Amino acid sequence: MGNPADNIIRFRDSTVRDFTFWRIFDIFAIVVGLVAITACGSARETDVILATTTSTNDSGLLDVLIPDFESISEFNIKPIAVGTGKALAMAERGEADVLLVHAPTAEKVLVESGVIKRRSLVMHNFFQVVGPENDPAHVAIAVSATNALKAISETDTLFISRGDDSGTHKMELALWQAAGITPKGSRYQESGQGMGATLRIASEKSAYTLTDYGTYLALKENLDLTPLLGEDRSLLNIYSVLELDGDRFNNVNSAGGKDFAEYLLSPRAQRLIETFGVDKYGEPLFILDAGTSESELVR
Amino acid sequence: MELIWNGIVQAFKLIFHLDSELMNILWVTIRVSGTATLVSLLLGVPLGALLGTWRFPGRSAALSIIHTGMGAPPVVVGLFVMIMLWRSGPLGGLNFLYTPWAMILAQTIIAFPIITGFSMAAVAQIDPQLRQQLLGLGASRIQALRAVVQEARLPLLTAIMAGFGGAISEVGAVMMVGGNIKGETRVLTTATVLESGKGEFGTAIALSVILLLLVFGVIVGLTVLQQRNRIT
Repeated sequence: MGNPADNIIRFRDSTVRDFTFWRIFDIFAIVVGLVAITACGSARETDVILATTTSTNDSGLLDVLIPDFESISEFNIKPIAVGTGKALAMAERGEADVLLVHAPTAEKVLVESGVIKRRSLVMHNFFQVVGPENDPAHVAIAVSATNALKAISETDTLFISRGDDSGTHKMELALWQAAGITPKGSRYQESGQGMGATLRIASEKSAYTLTDYGTYLALKENLDLTPLLGEDRSLLNIYSVLELDGDRFNNVNSAGGKDFAEYLLSPRAQRLIETFGVDKYGEPLFILDAGTSESELVR
Repeated sequence: MELIWNGIVQAFKLIFHLDSELMNILWVTIRVSGTATLVSLLLGVPLGALLGTWRFPGRSAALSIIHTGMGAPPVVVGLFVMIMLWRSGPLGGLNFLYTPWAMILAQTIIAFPIITGFSMAAVAQIDPQLRQQLLGLGASRIQALRAVVQEARLPLLTAIMAGFGGAISEVGAVMMVGGNIKGETRVLTTATVLESGKGEFGTAIALSVILLLLVFGVIVGLTVLQQRNRIT
């Protein structure tokens, strides 16, 4: 081994006998070069980035709507499911073309600042307070959502918060505020995760949590959680489509965003939304709102 | 336990039925991680060989950077790549964000230091006299370097395995820069995250099994190549 001459002999010998590393390497280099030159599949002019909440994606609604839209439109939708807080932040930077989100108060801030040109109601359902079946805080008989939260804060039961600035988290914080309570302490825990993971944590810990109805319906088979409070006006969960103002940003595809927004409000899409979930859960997940004004709904 | 068993059964059902959605996810996974591994290989092996044989001032600083890169948290890489590729970012003009290219870029940044580091170690094992001897016999520097790498090719296969493993098992960065778009940027890891988020644990387990089988297949192939060519 120590003798360099051995090395040379071994080297020459092995070059003949073995696969040649460099031959393979050179072939790889050519292949990668060709791939890089030919397969330039970067973003196309027709791509529309839809920043949306996890619930529309996880429930499978977008898997129905997007292929239908693409079959009649020249645009391709790229759904990025990030949660309402991040979706709105993307809009502020012009990193998305159209939004489907559910946090009316935060949405209106962007409408007022001019980032959003048009905001239209698409659909709604209700948030639900879910919790353990024995319901130690008697949420099921609470007269309102704020009363329910007050009752929960007065018992020893855990409450799991999303803690991720999503639409559901924003709703939860607004309810605590309305109840005049600052949630804190060891019985208030933040999961920092999506709705599915948060429901699972709540289920494992026999805790209460606030959830959108669609995700709860989709997961309830695997959960030890009971729906305790919903259909309360204060738990209204309104989804809107937001179009960005193309004049404010250089690269925003406002035509594509407008096209998708108009599609969501069209009878064709509204029919799909209306029946979505009926075959799987026996009831629709969303109630139609196209053309409805928010004041009508809240009243 | 029943859940895991059902997941495994479902995995084989999906494979044998050539489920079109699964095939698409598989194809994107292989294309993205394969390209990232190849690019890392093309850059990492020469750099590793150079760093392993060439003594120059600042070498230890270079080594420290490479070794840090080997342990770089993928989410940090993802965040960095995402900010770079934003429409408003410095590389926004490329329009790479939410395309497979962004994922290839992120995985390359993850796999490249791993392959470089392993290559460096592989080349350093070769008797330094070999290079001297070759240079003495009239080989050019590049020829000598290529010969040293040729000699270190078997441990270099370990570098490829580690780099590929690092790239394909990554989830945080590709989620951030790819967006997990169905049919375009959805890979096995991000699909697994999505399905478990949806509560579809059977499908999630099936996807995990398929990912393991894929990694296992590639590693077995490379190992066979490595062992068959071992000098006895």
